[in-house]
Amino acid sequence: MNLALSDEQVLLREAARGTLSRYKTLEAAREALDGKDALPDLWEAAKEAGWPGLLISESAGGAGLDVFDAMLVMSECGRVLAGVPLLGHLPATALLDEAGAATDLLAPLAAGERRAAYLPAKPPSDLDSEWTADPAHGAARAALPVAQRAGAEGVRVSGTIAFVPDAPGADLLVGAALLDGEVVAVAIEASQAGVSVEEVRRYDATRGLGHLSLKDAEAGVLASGGADALASAWHLAQALVAAESLGAVETALEVSVAYAKERHTFGRAIGSYQAVKHSLTEVLRQQENGRSLLYYAGWARRGAPAEFPLAANAARSVCGRALDFASRAMISVHGGIGATWEHDAPLYFRRAQLTRRLLGGTGSATDRVAEELLAQAA
Amino acid sequence: MDLDDTPEQAAYRGRVRDWLREHRGEAPVLRGPDALTDEQEIIAARRAWQGKLAEAGLAGVTWPKEFGGQGLGPIEQVICNQEIAAAGVPGILDAIGVGMLGPTIIAHGSEAQKSRYLGPMLHGDEVWCQLFSEPAAGSDLAAVQTRAQQTDDGRWRLNGQKVWTTNAQFSSYGLLLARTDADVAKHNGLTMFVVPMDAEGVTVRGLRQISGEAEFNEVFFDDVLLDSDAVVGGVGAGWGTALTTLMFERVTIGLGGEGLGFNSARFAGAIASDPHASRDPEVRARLGELASELMAVRFTGYRTLTALQRGQIPGPEAGLAKVTIVNGAIKAGELIADVLGPDALEDGGEWAYMISFLPGLKSAGGTEEILRNTIGERVLGLPPEPRLDKGIPFSELRAKEASRA
Repeated sequence: MNLALSDEQVLLREAARGTLSRYKTLEAAREALDGKDALPDLWEAAKEAGWPGLLISESAGGAGLDVFDAMLVMSECGRVLAGVPLLGHLPATALLDEAGAATDLLAPLAAGERRAAYLPAKPPSDLDSEWTADPAHGAARAALPVAQRAGAEGVRVSGTIAFVPDAPGADLLVGAALLDGEVVAVAIEASQAGVSVEEVRRYDATRGLGHLSLKDAEAGVLASGGADALASAWHLAQALVAAESLGAVETALEVSVAYAKERHTFGRAIGSYQAVKHSLTEVLRQQENGRSLLYYAGWARRGAPAEFPLAANAARSVCGRALDFASRAMISVHGGIGATWEHDAPLYFRRAQLTRRLLGGTGSATDRVAEELLAQAA
Repeated sequence: MDLDDTPEQAAYRGRVRDWLREHRGEAPVLRGPDALTDEQEIIAARRAWQGKLAEAGLAGVTWPKEFGGQGLGPIEQVICNQEIAAAGVPGILDAIGVGMLGPTIIAHGSEAQKSRYLGPMLHGDEVWCQLFSEPAAGSDLAAVQTRAQQTDDGRWRLNGQKVWTTNAQFSSYGLLLARTDADVAKHNGLTMFVVPMDAEGVTVRGLRQISGEAEFNEVFFDDVLLDSDAVVGGVGAGWGTALTTLMFERVTIGLGGEGLGFNSARFAGAIASDPHASRDPEVRARLGELASELMAVRFTGYRTLTALQRGQIPGPEAGLAKVTIVNGAIKAGELIADVLGPDALEDGGEWAYMISFLPGLKSAGGTEEILRNTIGERVLGLPPEPRLDKGIPFSELRAKEASRA
């Protein structure tokens, strides 16, 4: 029994913090909201740090690390709202690796010479018998793209997927399609004529998003990329969103606590009032619950794979709600100034608002937790 | 990061499991159609079972060997708890004594006290109760008013009242925090005593709760005479001794949170029995939210354990696990009763009992508000609320309170 970070993991986290501290990510996030082309290219930094290959096997040129290591990096990105396109790249490369993609496909992705994006596909549940692409609700709710055989090995894929994280600028798109009624994993070169990615921005400028449209796009079917591998990629993405959210919660809490100690009213620091203290303690409570579940997910991916869907979605559910609460508390503790453009609190609030609605949303992760527990109990 | 046993831990787990498999038939039956119902019989059977667990080394796992323990670490204690739970048999009867009061005596007691009290406590021959809280001293524990005054012959005369005392109705001894000097600041005038519960002047009265059952007691002391050797840890040093007990209480809660039975699997089971509710999105949303928080507690416990293994003392943040457990269970009770309807509220039933039990649990072992204060100050480093009692002799403080009232 040991839930402490290893020395290597502590180093990985500190190196990530150091790397990201070289960029003014928060200022860039604010300026980008005004339409300025202010966001730094963090992919170069990611390449230097070795993050693109985190979840690719060593035999294919990656680092072959655990999902927990990837979550540590995601948390560091979340702390400073850094727009490193890992939410797209990491699940995509993990899926390729798990589905037995060829080394010549994986090696450039591991080195960061090429970048991949994961096309979110939510596995069926008791309430929804179909695989679906984001968004899970509303008029834009979409079925998976459809693949048709073309030649001996390839397929051609048509369909649309909205709000694909990190799709703009990605070289390879990796996700699910329906082939003869079966769900299969496909890899699609983004540069071909049948692929168009419309860059979209919603509320949080640090988050690269694209609407994807496929018209008879050539694609390769991944040999071992069936429903299990695709479900695993979905749950991995939930764990990574959770980790990224936890990092943002940490900053929100630290900044709020610091202000509550220095700001005085009626002759004493506002942090001495129970109303403020209890609100911040609630952030801490939710943050630490989220952290505990990230440990669970990080361990379960290899230690107890059957529990990984439960662990990853529980982590997303708790970390997602923690970020909602923490970002609102951050604004409240700062008073009026916390709701102004100059302050960082609105940036964390914007991050919370958008994240809560991506990749199935916090709600579908919560529903998956219930589903897993009900199935165990039945 | 690893949740698996080391080879040594696996071997220990194997030994515990083997013993339990061989002896589980000797354990008292507390649930199901063959369950014991008579209170006296239950207590007697659980005492005997604790004795067997102690003989087998499954009680007092972390106690030093010289006092009958196993001299092992918290991880073995957790393994032991897990295996006892998995075997479906009751644990020890006197978890308060063995988990909190015994370790306090080991830390602060005299050699004579250790050799007299620890053995019978561990074996369940003498059950102990914790006499700390009072009607006017809970969150502000150092405000206790129970008075112990020294007599001319060096003995102590005890007067006052304690409350929320679990197990007092069948305890042989209690560990009691009393005021021995009201003319110094309130934390300085306290002393810890061992009180024989059969002493003249001790009255135990059951305190009925929302459920109608009396699981706690009020205990009254009227001119109870204690010998001079009843003092634990020195006259005037009672606050430090009490803090030791409270530290062990946090460890017990931190490692045993799931032992309260408020876990996600149990609650999901209640919903799963209703196929319609199992497919209701609102029910699933509520279940998913509360269950994911309750699941976190298990891994927070493992983090606490990791800290203990590394020789670190768990901080007050373990108290946050209690907040999560209690509020998660309250939400679960609401959800299950919403699904099952008024039948869930039938007195004596599983869910009515839980729903009745939880509002009080919110205040037990430190109210939620005081826990949040403590954690906000010690973990987040937020400034304390201004205090009006600092450095003021307790007697003056009382006089002030009375004049304001």
